[in-house]
Amino acid sequence: MKKKTIFFRKSADRLVRIASGLAVAVAVAVMFWIIFTVFRHGSAALKPSFFINPSKPYGIPDGGIANALIGTVFITFGAAVLATPPALLGGICLSEYKEFRRFNATLRFAANVMMGMPSVIVGLFVYTSVVVPTGNFSGLAGSIALAIIMFPVIMRTTEDMLGMVPYALRESALALGLTRTRTTVQIVCRSARKGLLTGILLALSRVSGETAPLLFTALFADRWPWGYFNQPTANLPVLITEYSTNSPFAEMHRAGWGAALVVTVLVLAINVATRIIFREKKHGH
Amino acid sequence: MFKSDSFFKWLCLASAALIGILMLGFFIQLTVSSSEIWQTYGLGFLASRDWDPVNDHYGALPSIVGTLVTTTISLIIALPLAFSAALYLVDARPLIGEVLGHAIDLLAAIPSIIYGMWGLFVLAPLMQDYVEPFLVETLKLSSLPVVGKYIGSDYNGFGLLTAGIILSIMILPYICAILRDVFLMTPPMLRESAYGIGCTKWETAKDIVLRYGIRGILGAIFIGLGRALGETMAVLFVIGNIMDMPENLLSGATTIASTLANNFPEADGLQRSALFALGLVLLTMSFGIQILAQYYLHATSAKRGEER
Repeated sequence: MKKKTIFFRKSADRLVRIASGLAVAVAVAVMFWIIFTVFRHGSAALKPSFFINPSKPYGIPDGGIANALIGTVFITFGAAVLATPPALLGGICLSEYKEFRRFNATLRFAANVMMGMPSVIVGLFVYTSVVVPTGNFSGLAGSIALAIIMFPVIMRTTEDMLGMVPYALRESALALGLTRTRTTVQIVCRSARKGLLTGILLALSRVSGETAPLLFTALFADRWPWGYFNQPTANLPVLITEYSTNSPFAEMHRAGWGAALVVTVLVLAINVATRIIFREKKHGH
Repeated sequence: MFKSDSFFKWLCLASAALIGILMLGFFIQLTVSSSEIWQTYGLGFLASRDWDPVNDHYGALPSIVGTLVTTTISLIIALPLAFSAALYLVDARPLIGEVLGHAIDLLAAIPSIIYGMWGLFVLAPLMQDYVEPFLVETLKLSSLPVVGKYIGSDYNGFGLLTAGIILSIMILPYICAILRDVFLMTPPMLRESAYGIGCTKWETAKDIVLRYGIRGILGAIFIGLGRALGETMAVLFVIGNIMDMPENLLSGATTIASTLANNFPEADGLQRSALFALGLVLLTMSFGIQILAQYYLHATSAKRGEER
């Protein structure tokens, strides 16, 4: 190998250092650029009436996003209610019941693969298995689609969080004569409860801006979302899509940006809250 | 008392098994729903170029090519950026590194629809007014001998290149986060020995950290690839949604995911079956990529000495 001069080696090193500093700068700058754009355009739409009135077709004044906001809350919370119990139980199975070791390895693998599945496929799946049999688009179908996306995320975080609980705790509980169920639920899950909450919130923040599956399931409607179980239900992501791609009017674009601002703030707030909770947990130990 | 104990155990197992059932369900259901198109065209569906709802002819090639090209562009842009950003974050002073790391993690949390909107209203006009004229008229890339015709000279801001750029911004934080973990896994002893014999930081990164974590890096690449492949909304807004074979990088095109989102609500009969078939293709592709990603990431965690 030819010997390189010290000058060459040093300048290559310096070049790479500059490049990597630049790369971080680019990534962070793009983040601020996107958030800044959303705030600048979105804040123009924010008026009290924007949060009170339901969305209206173009031309009718005083349209808002209240119905879509409530619809999104219904759909995401519905998804959390559907996904959380089985996902927690599944996570317990992966972490606590080592007698299913082989089977668990397969399921863990399946969960990891499912976490990377395109959300649009989930939309197709729920469309054929829920929307077609029941005969109508509904908020519930949207919730089911989002629940399928949340399920593996909660399951895997639950497993990781339970895995952090020291074994001595389980052994002490069992030695006191508690059954395995009570040990798991009252001792292990209890001491990891902040971690479990983190997993659920993380999954919530991931799905609350999810759009593709809702296009096939919840759809959209310019009315209040009281028909959550059997009618198309208004929601923010689909509203943004409709207003920004299918409409040439500046007024609709403005409303779309307003909705985008609300979604961004919502998602970032959940995300930051999750980090704070988890950090407290880490410091607490 | 012991009865309820075993009941709980089986309940847990059943809940966990749900994930496996769902995964199988995806495959079975998409295969059943797309059976009509496979019976009509056979595997030729994958290689056919026309998508003509009026005459009821369908082919998957334009969407597949669009997906592959946008994914490739996004990886070419995102990978070097993510790699050097992760190098910086690993070596940065603790406070700065932590703050910047959190900022990049937040980039991953922004929903894809926001990227789509930003792409539509900010990036696409920017591409049309500045970047693409610069590529075409100032650099004259389209008159290059061999590659010129793949770059093209007609532009309107929408197309494969814009979609690729949006995707690269989206997958950058994912790749960066995994790479950072992989770099941190290198035993400090190895790095310190390299410094000790006089390696510069870059030489240590390239010859020690990179080699030590090569499997983790491959895993990170596949995770990013999987993200880019299935991304729907961000691409839908900027790709132009043209169902023809793309001629060059600047021309409008479509990807599998954006075809699904765009056409599914109005489709019926054979077209709906064709869309399900496209869904099956996408599912198979991302399934394969996820398996590779898990294989490489699993291999690194085994090296780390974890029990699983």
